[in-house]
Amino acid sequence: MSNDSLDPRVNRLKLGNAGEAVRVEEGENWNSYEVFHQEKRGAHHEHVGCVHAPNRELALIFAKEQFARRKKCVNLWVVRSADILAFDVEDEDMFANNAEKNYRDASGFKVMEKINKYKQSKK
Amino acid sequence: MYGAGYIFDEPNRKPLPEQQDDPEKLAVFEARIARGEKIEPGDWMPAEYRRQLIRLIEQHAHSEIIGALPEGTWITRAPGFKRKLALIAKVQDEIGHGQLLYNAAETLGKSRETMINDLLSGKSKYSNVFNYPAKTWADVAVIGFLIDAAAIVNQVANSKGSYGPYCRALERICYEESFHLKQGHDAFIELATGTPAQRTMLQDALNRWWQPIMHFFGPPDKASSHSEKLMQWKVKMASNDDMRNQFLDMYVPKIWELGLTLPDPALKKNEETKKWEYTDPDWNEFFKVINGGGPCNEERLQVRKWAEENGRWVRKALMQPGDKKAFPVA
Repeated sequence: MSNDSLDPRVNRLKLGNAGEAVRVEEGENWNSYEVFHQEKRGAHHEHVGCVHAPNRELALIFAKEQFARRKKCVNLWVVRSADILAFDVEDEDMFANNAEKNYRDASGFKVMEKINKYKQSKK
Repeated sequence: MYGAGYIFDEPNRKPLPEQQDDPEKLAVFEARIARGEKIEPGDWMPAEYRRQLIRLIEQHAHSEIIGALPEGTWITRAPGFKRKLALIAKVQDEIGHGQLLYNAAETLGKSRETMINDLLSGKSKYSNVFNYPAKTWADVAVIGFLIDAAAIVNQVANSKGSYGPYCRALERICYEESFHLKQGHDAFIELATGTPAQRTMLQDALNRWWQPIMHFFGPPDKASSHSEKLMQWKVKMASNDDMRNQFLDMYVPKIWELGLTLPDPALKKNEETKKWEYTDPDWNEFFKVINGGGPCNEERLQVRKWAEENGRWVRKALMQPGDKKAFPVA
């Protein structure tokens, strides 16, 4: 390659031949870690994305660089993507609520009617 | 930065036949998208949807990484400490965006190493604008203002697409882009309202960048193939011409009001159709540059190769071959 870059730093690199193949080996970009971000004390940690890192200590450092550059952050968690266990997204119908589950909800219990009826009967 | 309307596909490549896909699953999938729901990594998806998304997100990621090079060139020569700090921050953001996007693409099953190898071998492309040199500081202002603005038009549209991980990455990216655009606009205005020499430098940069900017959103709709399915699947959110028109509508007045000119005598808004009219840029030049014939293609890839080769010993020293591996989950 002719040394005609506008960037003197590029010219100093003495770049190789354009035709030369460079291959990155599988695994050279390390492993994937999921990142959880806590915006303020007392808040939940929320999933914000992933970083690639060789180990969890470096994953934390990269996560700080990637996800805490601007917005407020007081803490970060990282966990290997391989260690996340999740339900199959295709099974999301199992979370559907049905009408008979109102025994689990506050709205499933109505007392005012009985109280009013009782008060009425005592008059 | 730096999504582009135009996403390179192998020439004459036919879409994967839909017959491979289970018609019942396809119907459920398309109904979900029509309802405005997102598709997540573990969902069933047509093979062609997966292929197109990988292509789109991967090339977007490469564009972020390569796009940092012409601007990075100017960090050491930025005029003043504040501009230097802002440029360092912007370039760091772009590299961060590249990583967010590589992760989003990985959820579809292509490893980051494979994507980087495809970039280095020339198999997969990046936004064509970065094959042009940033000759003066005014080029940095034009890139920071107008190319970031064009990219935002594209990215805001894409962030309403159908693939969850890509939308989430784009939301974060668009938030940071607003700073890029503002600092680019500020640098642009500084030159436009400066000395005659500064204005001349800016006008010269505008003249050189106008064609690449017009190329940015890709060939006209009439020349673009198989985009109907991609629009239905919400992979592509707006047509090339619509995005170009939106960009012209927002930014040409901002250039003209400063008394600067654009090198196209036919450029004007048709008040009846509300569409912009312009001379078609040279599309042969566009395809020549995409295929390696631009002024900086060789240098950009050579710098990437140098970085991969010279950083390898660090990456290898830290590798944990026994570690249980997985792609990002979301």
